[in-house]
Amino acid sequence: MTREIVIDPITRLEGHGKIDIFLDAKGNVERAFFQVPELRGFEKFAVGRPAEDMPQITSRICGVCPTAHHMAATKALDDLYKVEPPSAAKKIRELVYSTFYVEDHALHFFFLGGPDFVVGPTAPKAQRNILGVLGKVGLEIGREVIGVRKQLRDLISLAGGKVIHPVFGLPGGISKALTEEDREKFIAGAERAVKFGLFSLEIFHDVVLKNKQYVETITSEAYTHRTYYMGLVDEQNRVNFYDGQLRVVDPNGKEFLKFKAQEYLAHIAEHVEPWSYIKFCYLKDVGWKGFVDGPESGVYSVAPLARLNAAEGMATPKAQEAYTEFYKTLGGKPVHHTLANHWARLIELLYAAERMHELANDPEITSPNVRTIPTATPKEGIGVVEAPRGTLIHHYQTDEKGLITKANLIVATQNNAARIAMSVDKAARSVIKNGKVDDGVLNLVEIAFRAYDPCHGCATHALPGQMPLIVRVYDSQKNLLRELRRD
Amino acid sequence: MSKPKVGFYWCASCGGCEEAVVDLAEDILKVVEAVDIVFWPVALDFKRSDVEALRDGELAACFVNGAIRTSEQEEMAELLRRKSQLLIAFGSCSHLGGVPGLANLWDRQAIFDYVYKEAPSVTNPEGVVPQEQTKLGSNGYTLTLPSFRDSVRTLDQTVEVDYYLPGCPPPVKLIVNAVTAILENKLPPKGTVLAPDKALCEECPRKLTKPDKLALKELKRPHQTLIDPEKCLLAQGLLCLGPATRSGCGAPCVSANMPCTGCLGPTSRVKDYGAKALSAIASLIDSEDEREIAALMEQIVDPVGTFYRYSLPASLLHRRIRNLSSSSAKPAKANSPDEVW
Repeated sequence: MTREIVIDPITRLEGHGKIDIFLDAKGNVERAFFQVPELRGFEKFAVGRPAEDMPQITSRICGVCPTAHHMAATKALDDLYKVEPPSAAKKIRELVYSTFYVEDHALHFFFLGGPDFVVGPTAPKAQRNILGVLGKVGLEIGREVIGVRKQLRDLISLAGGKVIHPVFGLPGGISKALTEEDREKFIAGAERAVKFGLFSLEIFHDVVLKNKQYVETITSEAYTHRTYYMGLVDEQNRVNFYDGQLRVVDPNGKEFLKFKAQEYLAHIAEHVEPWSYIKFCYLKDVGWKGFVDGPESGVYSVAPLARLNAAEGMATPKAQEAYTEFYKTLGGKPVHHTLANHWARLIELLYAAERMHELANDPEITSPNVRTIPTATPKEGIGVVEAPRGTLIHHYQTDEKGLITKANLIVATQNNAARIAMSVDKAARSVIKNGKVDDGVLNLVEIAFRAYDPCHGCATHALPGQMPLIVRVYDSQKNLLRELRRD
Repeated sequence: MSKPKVGFYWCASCGGCEEAVVDLAEDILKVVEAVDIVFWPVALDFKRSDVEALRDGELAACFVNGAIRTSEQEEMAELLRRKSQLLIAFGSCSHLGGVPGLANLWDRQAIFDYVYKEAPSVTNPEGVVPQEQTKLGSNGYTLTLPSFRDSVRTLDQTVEVDYYLPGCPPPVKLIVNAVTAILENKLPPKGTVLAPDKALCEECPRKLTKPDKLALKELKRPHQTLIDPEKCLLAQGLLCLGPATRSGCGAPCVSANMPCTGCLGPTSRVKDYGAKALSAIASLIDSEDEREIAALMEQIVDPVGTFYRYSLPASLLHRRIRNLSSSSAKPAKANSPDEVW
């Protein structure tokens, strides 16, 4: 067997990760490990800070989804001070949040994950990027992606102060009302976003669903795990990003749990492994049985596919149509195919755009009444949102002055950590045979985690420090055969 | 003549600085026309070995964001320093240490103990903590993880830095100006922060409502009061750090009706941002009475988090010195039993 070490780039991931693949004597995979080699200290250095600073401090966990942390923290502050924001404030928060969802999901589909399918999973690596996507779908669409993201991000700045690290969230409301002029801008943005959502789904149909080979890959056993799924739902069990109850369905799609974020400690626990800095969430009600799927294992999944599985539909008409088609095409609920996350993400993008449109047109959205001043003595608060990459919970305890004494964060990618590790292992076993490893084969391993849109900036909120993504392949004598890395 | 080569790199950061570059939107196409971006891991497939293969000084400029915490980041900083004519610290973390620099109030052990053992959602009866090396099972796989330093450092505490782009993240306008200055060879003296050298109040949209003599009688926290969207925030008793903070951002936080928290850091005449901000606020207190002054300062409930939110590693303080074990690190409050922890 060759002992050649090849260094290659591995890309299109937010934050950093590391994969070690161990081969047996025949060159087949014995086990592949997905590690997260970084950690930061947000929960620790939150201690002593005023609670009202949390929306701005915790947004620095992630500059890609700062709005998600900002919003989860703000909702935790509502709970901390037991204060109900005026209806207009809640609507503006959700309007901004929906705007953020469209631009963030667009970033993943066109820049990060989409290239695998739009260009092809085993296409030459030089083409598996945004430029390859533009080559395939045309420069005009490329301009539209850049243009729509810019317009939406400007809207977030307009309402939230800054798009990267917004400042407008306060316990009991938001810092600034919207004007009629602002509303017009949001309506224009929403109309463009809905069109953008529809044509993104069209692209997915034309380029992915009409390609038999891609569909076979998506539905193949190599990328399938039968786990529990979690997501926020409204009163009618429809997907909601901003508020609602957490609903968990079992691997057969039946409701297993439905609970308020305030009860999360009764249902969600974190398991520690010595070989990764990330903690692995599991359902306490089922228990940690290791990196296995099925109803006996507490491993669950979050993010687009999980949210669709955990809900009974979408709250807007066009997205609901797409939802129905999704399950009809993929053989009913729940869908266990990890790669279906890409399609689910676009359905969510369309929902967010439609929701944005509804809220921008809401008569109340320009109400000047956007603050309720908190009066209760703070003690403990828990807030939840669906971040684009999954369920996000912020939990604070404070002293009577509102200074943080304890903070606990359950972040999106952590919920998915166990299933991501399993997906990488299973994909590696399926595609690496007899020691044959090349770039195309390794990308087939990479797409297993990329579908989740993992964000290791978020997942490792706990020491500053980032590492590149490295894939190492070892033979049965534990000799390093290949190393691929992105620095 | 070939185009100048430019690189971007991230150390301990949140990714917001990368997004800020993406937010150049169509302007990034102009940048691409003028320079060759030869290293930018988040977007392009060039790798460390490509950088190693460059001649020393072959990069005309390299922009590095994020603070420095691991040995790997130190190596990358040194490598990029060697390969670059100009090394630019990009964003608050690289410039001053940034929000994650607040981790210097604790040490590695305290963070590990909390994250892996004490956090309420952790179930870890055997007290497992991630190890730099793990041998697994009888097969003897060895998995490795990188180690971390006890402290967060700025880029210029690690290698020599030529220029700084301040802000969390740097405002798009300042990025464009910096790139233009590099391309046109119109750079100010080495060591300059590439932003206007005056206080934020100068460009604040509420400038005209700032009284000639600000007189602080009480301080309010933003959630405790309805904030007038037109009037100077300090005049309303809100702790706005505009007087101590460098301008160049256009005051977006103030435009959203929230106080400046100081992410662009100090002007060139100030060595320690937090000390300057504290003294700027103290000088506004409208009292000669010591007890009154003390009572007002009590209303600043978190001085270190308020004045050093973005700059603890760069400050004269740098970090908390007392060695904090996880047990002694707990604030007194947290020792009392409660229903969750």
